[in-house]
Amino acid sequence: MTPDIPDEYLQTFVIECRELLEQMEQALLIVEQHPEDPEIINAIFRAAHTIKGTAGLFGIDYIVGFTHVAESVLDCVRSGEILINSALAALLIEVHDHLGVLVNHVDEGTLPTDEVERSRQRLIAQLKTYLDEPIVQNRSVDMPAIISKSKLDKVQGDMVQTDYWHISLRFGLEVFRNGMDPFSFVRYLSTIGQVIQLVTIIDTIPSADKMDPESCYLGFEISFDSDADKITIENIFNFVRDDCLIHILPPHSKVSEYKHLILDLPEQEMRLGEILVKCGSLTPTELERILRIQAGHDEEDSPRPAIGEVLLEQRMVAPPLIEAALERQKQIKDTKKADANLIRVDADKLDALINLVGELIIAGAGINLIAKREKTADLIQSTATLSRLVEEVRNSALALRMVQIGATFNRFQRVVRDVSKELGKEVELVISGAETELDKTVVEKIGDPLTHLVRNSMDHGIESADVRFARGKPAKGTLQLSAYHDAGSIVIEVSDDGGGLNKAKILSKAVERGLVAEGENLTDKEIYNLIFQAGFSTADNVSNLSGRGVGMDVVRRNIQALRGTVDLDSVEGQGSTVRIRLPLTLAIIDGFMVGVGNATYVIPLDIVVECIELKAWASDEGDGKYINLRGEVLPYRRLRDHFGIKSEMVQRENMVVVRYGEHKAGLVVDKLMGEFQTVIKPPGKLFQGEKSIGGFTILGSGEVALILDVPGLMGLIEQEKT
Amino acid sequence: MANEQQNNHLVIEGELTIYTVTELKDKFLGGLLTNDELELNLSEVSEIDGAGLQLLVMAKQSAIALNKTLLITGHSPVVAELLDLSGLSVFFGDPLLMVHQSKLKGELL
Repeated sequence: MTPDIPDEYLQTFVIECRELLEQMEQALLIVEQHPEDPEIINAIFRAAHTIKGTAGLFGIDYIVGFTHVAESVLDCVRSGEILINSALAALLIEVHDHLGVLVNHVDEGTLPTDEVERSRQRLIAQLKTYLDEPIVQNRSVDMPAIISKSKLDKVQGDMVQTDYWHISLRFGLEVFRNGMDPFSFVRYLSTIGQVIQLVTIIDTIPSADKMDPESCYLGFEISFDSDADKITIENIFNFVRDDCLIHILPPHSKVSEYKHLILDLPEQEMRLGEILVKCGSLTPTELERILRIQAGHDEEDSPRPAIGEVLLEQRMVAPPLIEAALERQKQIKDTKKADANLIRVDADKLDALINLVGELIIAGAGINLIAKREKTADLIQSTATLSRLVEEVRNSALALRMVQIGATFNRFQRVVRDVSKELGKEVELVISGAETELDKTVVEKIGDPLTHLVRNSMDHGIESADVRFARGKPAKGTLQLSAYHDAGSIVIEVSDDGGGLNKAKILSKAVERGLVAEGENLTDKEIYNLIFQAGFSTADNVSNLSGRGVGMDVVRRNIQALRGTVDLDSVEGQGSTVRIRLPLTLAIIDGFMVGVGNATYVIPLDIVVECIELKAWASDEGDGKYINLRGEVLPYRRLRDHFGIKSEMVQRENMVVVRYGEHKAGLVVDKLMGEFQTVIKPPGKLFQGEKSIGGFTILGSGEVALILDVPGLMGLIEQEKT
Repeated sequence: MANEQQNNHLVIEGELTIYTVTELKDKFLGGLLTNDELELNLSEVSEIDGAGLQLLVMAKQSAIALNKTLLITGHSPVVAELLDLSGLSVFFGDPLLMVHQSKLKGELL
């Protein structure tokens, strides 16, 4: 079924299809709100059309056949014959999903199963109810006026007589090697019209000794009958456009256009002329006239006219339409340009690069250390330059991995739509901060927890329409997804304007489960965060979405695995907000090195607020648990005590003030050693129970320094407070 | 792919495509060099593409250049279909089964 296509092309096909499907989905999700917007409908149509076109090229018939029906319906939508409503939009979303399944089959190299086949038949039948007549072929309805105009022009003298398109193709040498067969284009052409006459050009096949049988020397002159528009026909050849000579002349083109064609092609004029006559594209009289003009006015053959002129000359479009067409061409060009600036890179290669940069940083630190020890001014200077460069390399390497979170957010349009249908609630998704960037690994892993939170909010948070109405809220609920950067981490919020959490209910449930002792005094926040405990659910009804009590603890575990934290705010009756805080990157950070005794520790620089001398602020000789820092109560902790280091006390203890989220704390150390680029190595299994260590790193001297997990450490300090 | 049953009678089996043309080119040319008349039997061809067709054209042209005769016989359905699609059947001038009347006249090509 799937013909022999080199894997890389098939892979490109699959990736392109997935991208197109994504665009299609996004457009489908907003089309209901804007049924009149031609751009959105066009976007859906274009996606379907391109998928069909490329699938046709590869000979994947099951996609072509299916997409064709959908495309016909979309074409009617585009021309205004069918109005898009929610039923049609829902059907088209099913069509989209089905296409996704088909593309997966292509990817896996399997044939659609019977089940897929059945749903395909069902969808086709449903689609056909929108089409009055059985679909015969791809009718283009967007340019009927122009076609009839050119028919009128038939009588005029400078037009050729034929009613057919003329397509002239000379394929590039690499076409076979690129996995394409020229004849597949011909076969595809006959799906959108009728090939009236075809002449295969074999003139350029070299003699046996010079011929490379794997190079393509073929060409076609085709006389073609179709109601499709020029763009449609041109798009067929998208895959070979770059290295092939392609001329597409619409019906009743000017005689001079044929003249240009004959001049442009490599074959001899007379021979070509005869071929064109054979094709039926030119009558012998017309050919004679062309050759006569040709002989007389060679100098008239000026450089290629601007595209607009050509269109006019070809009587393709009426003048008012040209502006629009040119604008669209420009857009297409612009997107092409943007595409050309992107390179797809295997994520593994990026990871390898980051690892190398990590090693480079460690090696650089070693050199730095030697330079300082040797006290050679020149060496110190060069290493300083080197360090700066390494830092820049590190930043750009890390930036390669940064992606915008928008794409992840946009996927939730679909989730929200599906879930709101399922629950019978009307919910609108509002997205903000879509351009916020974060590490690719983090983006990949955040999808599942976010889905859970979104579903949870919709299921338990947002009330049904009548309850909302009774509470004086708009019937349509709002769910907001937002992202922003804050103190070296990224914050993702999922908030709803629903009923909020019921404190009493949570508390009684927690007591019932033995999570808290009865009568224990808890702050609101502590109560809310109980729902992240394992096996906790307060929903009265268990729906198939959420409420089984597995979930919030899984969410928390997933986020903790990313070195992040999650907490929850809620106002009863007004809604709740879940806030996820994640580190920007998982691999390399700017660290702040401190010393305690003989040991070295690294604190992530992003969360360091300031450094102070302990004695200057501590009124109680530093033995208490809090200091008064400019009127603020600041809990603190000696790392010496925390890690149980036994060594001489130093004269002047320093304190590093760190902030994470809304908490601040002080860490008391012996020495401040300054900034240090830190490659994070994950801690071994032995340390897994240790909350205050986030990893380790290797110093320039080869020594190991522990990286403090400040959120974990602060959690411990917070616990001791009470 | 090519079984040399007799010296001047080549039976092509399986694919006549981009994957096999390099090998087949040598076979064809070898056959043409040693014989005045070469018969290519395509009845066992299961698949043919543009590259395969192009190779046949090359073989035919070489035969003409060497003043020898190349006969193509036993067109399998896929071969017949492609010859018909390409309008090249007349170029080869071999009697064909199951092919529609071509609209082309031979002397041009």
